Amino acid sequence: MSDIPAGLETLDFSFSGGRPVGAFPPVLVGVVGSGNLEVMLEASAGDGCAVRVETSARGFGPIWQAVADDFFARHPIGGVRISINDMGATPAVVSLRLDQAVAELPQGAPS
Amino acid sequence: MISFAECSARERLALLFDARSFHEWIAPAERLTSPHLAQLGVPSAFDDGVAIGRARLDGHEVFVAAQEGEFMGGGVGEVHGAKLVGLLQRAVRDQPEAVVLLAESGGVRLHEANAGLIAVSEVMRAVLDVRAAGIPVLVLIGGANGCFGGMGIVARCADFIVMSDVGRLAMSGPEVIEASHGVEEYDSRDRALVWRTSGGKHRWLIGDCDALVEDDVSAFRAAAVAALKASRPVTLESLEAEHALLDARLHMLPIEADGTDQATQLWRELGIEQADRVPDLDVDAVRALRIA
Repeated sequence: MSDIPAGLETLDFSFSGGRPVGAFPPVLVGVVGSGNLEVMLEASAGDGCAVRVETSARGFGPIWQAVADDFFARHPIGGVRISINDMGATPAVVSLRLDQAVAELPQGAPS
Repeated sequence: MISFAECSARERLALLFDARSFHEWIAPAERLTSPHLAQLGVPSAFDDGVAIGRARLDGHEVFVAAQEGEFMGGGVGEVHGAKLVGLLQRAVRDQPEAVVLLAESGGVRLHEANAGLIAVSEVMRAVLDVRAAGIPVLVLIGGANGCFGGMGIVARCADFIVMSDVGRLAMSGPEVIEASHGVEEYDSRDRALVWRTSGGKHRWLIGDCDALVEDDVSAFRAAAVAALKASRPVTLESLEAEHALLDARLHMLPIEADGTDQATQLWRELGIEQADRVPDLDVDAVRALRIA
């Protein structure tokens, strides 16, 4: 048995210096289901990119950090708040959902 | 052709109603989430598994709700149910031309069972209030999770039900019947049995749904458009007629099962031709089989 306590884990990551994406209506992609997640993007002030993850799979903080770093390296966006509800999605699924969310921004995915 | 069953709730809203006409109330960014799930270590959804709002259907103003079957099986929790009730109560006030519910639910969400049970009963009352106001309530059932439990009752409280052949509508779900009555009574893994007794073709043949369509978003849309004026007043006479119909159906089958398939037997008793072939027939062919 794991010694990780039951319950949700909340993780926060933040990045700065991204390209501000400007105002946009909230974007929601994905569904909170087994092995899946939902990602919501909202506009925020400044050039920061704040990521908050609520996940039922505890103890994967370093992997989330790596996925978030990888995302920001691909999409250095700023002025964005990213909120995730996760039910045990794999890193690949998380990355795809993040890409999907960015693609739904009004100006599309920056290259 | 786009499969209704494979769409998410939000994809259905986007595809079924007039383009870009859906305006959501209590959108995900408002974060009106379940107050119960986090205590149980279960992640919440920003919309608590249901999107509500207004939209246009072939130009007609309608109020709509879509349940997301992938989130907790579409289970009705406290907030989810309250959103449905609020939508229906607002319909009584604002008088849209119809209310369209895209139902996909296993019923009450067991994680918040008491609140969910109360919520479902409130949804039923609100549906009847909308009908009493002369506004038709249409229920569209075609999601992979079917429409069961309290939402099954809600559906049957509505004016008009559209189902696809892959859709299912019933009170207790297959696993629940098996758990309570045993696998000899009902084998929930027997997919042919499950669809013979709760699937769209069965519901069509015995008169429990009002339109049978292919698993296609545009077919659902066309059926919903055709049903926009389907208001049916709830009267004592209509209730008594329904009771008489159910009583007659109950007596069509022998009390002791003799091993033959009872769904097929019921179709035969109803006078439906080719009853044996129903599972193999396509939707068009089954649609033509219904007696009046």
